[in-house]
Amino acid sequence: MTPAGSLLAAHDLHKTYGSTPALDGASFSVHPGEVVAVMGPSGSGKSTLLHCLAGIVTPDSGTVTYGGRELSAMSDAGRSALRRTDFGFVFQFGQLVPELTCVENVALPLRLNGVKRKEAEGTALEWMARLEVDDVAAKRPGEVSGGQGQRVAVARALVATPKVVFADEPTGALDSLNGERVMELLTESARTAGTAVVLVTHEARVAAYSDRDVVVRDGRCRDLEYAV
Amino acid sequence: MSIGHTLLGLLESGPRHGYDLKRTFDEKFGHDRPLHYGQVYATMSRLLKNGLVEVDGVESDGGPERKRYAITDAGITDVAAWLAQPEKPEPYLQSTLYTKVVLALLTGRDAADLLDAQRSEHLRLMRILTDRKRQGDLADQLICDHALFHLEADLRWLELTAARLGRLAEVVLP
Repeated sequence: MTPAGSLLAAHDLHKTYGSTPALDGASFSVHPGEVVAVMGPSGSGKSTLLHCLAGIVTPDSGTVTYGGRELSAMSDAGRSALRRTDFGFVFQFGQLVPELTCVENVALPLRLNGVKRKEAEGTALEWMARLEVDDVAAKRPGEVSGGQGQRVAVARALVATPKVVFADEPTGALDSLNGERVMELLTESARTAGTAVVLVTHEARVAAYSDRDVVVRDGRCRDLEYAV
Repeated sequence: MSIGHTLLGLLESGPRHGYDLKRTFDEKFGHDRPLHYGQVYATMSRLLKNGLVEVDGVESDGGPERKRYAITDAGITDVAAWLAQPEKPEPYLQSTLYTKVVLALLTGRDAADLLDAQRSEHLRLMRILTDRKRQGDLADQLICDHALFHLEADLRWLELTAARLGRLAEVVLP
């Protein structure tokens, strides 16, 4: 039972860490090209929901369906392949590979998918230009500012034109101005490319860049799509 | 906002007609609330009476007479004093939202639902302002940011209150 036309949907997810319930009947859906903010207080289960949706964490019960396929029915290798080809990720701290240059970082998802270096880095540079960080292509992550690093991370998340980008507090480590620019560029690029974005944030100003929001409280969320 | 002081301030750069003042005010500060002509002329009459502006000339160009206003020295002093005086921060101690939450608790209605509905409404407006900011110039961005920061403060209060409804109920229920 998933909302009609949804690309990715979770239904009645439960997940417990030790004796602590992280998700307690959470449901969620996102349509192709839609930007949905997942909001809620710290410890409410936002990140666990995101990890379940992305197939990183397996829920104790409930289903996650992506493009009509149930993630729990797929093998680990199948889920890993899906994350490489269809999903992109942005975290609070860019999590770029420090030994690689910025353009090599952005090209990485393409390289992992078997694209040759020259072609991969060419595409990576185009995305870096869109994110206004092509001038730091040859630098290593340690040599760029927090805002630049995060834009490099956004370019990396979008470079393989995924169907869904998961962004977990993508502006959490940035000041207001840099955070806004990252959100503008992330949502604009995703909308242009038709990529859906699942945006975990506790900041309303960041959530205001979304098309719709879902609130997680005590492991449950109110997704109005499900209420219809 | 003090319309009188704002119009006076606009006159400091040179004499203007009432229509010209209205247009400039609307462009720079009006946003969703343009001035009515009546407001402009009533304000100018008051400023004239108080000696803060004077009539610099009258033109008709075949149509109705149009007065051109100029700021006086007393007007310049008045603008300077207004700009130098810090605005009193709004204390927000008589909040309709708070009243509604308490009344919901007192009457056995669902206060959490009320807070959720308000939250959605706030975010809806924040989305509109964010979109407008994205398409606007720096002036638009700053004015929208001012509104966005206030709405964000409200939202934080809504979240905090939602988390404290149980305790609030203990305090307000007889």
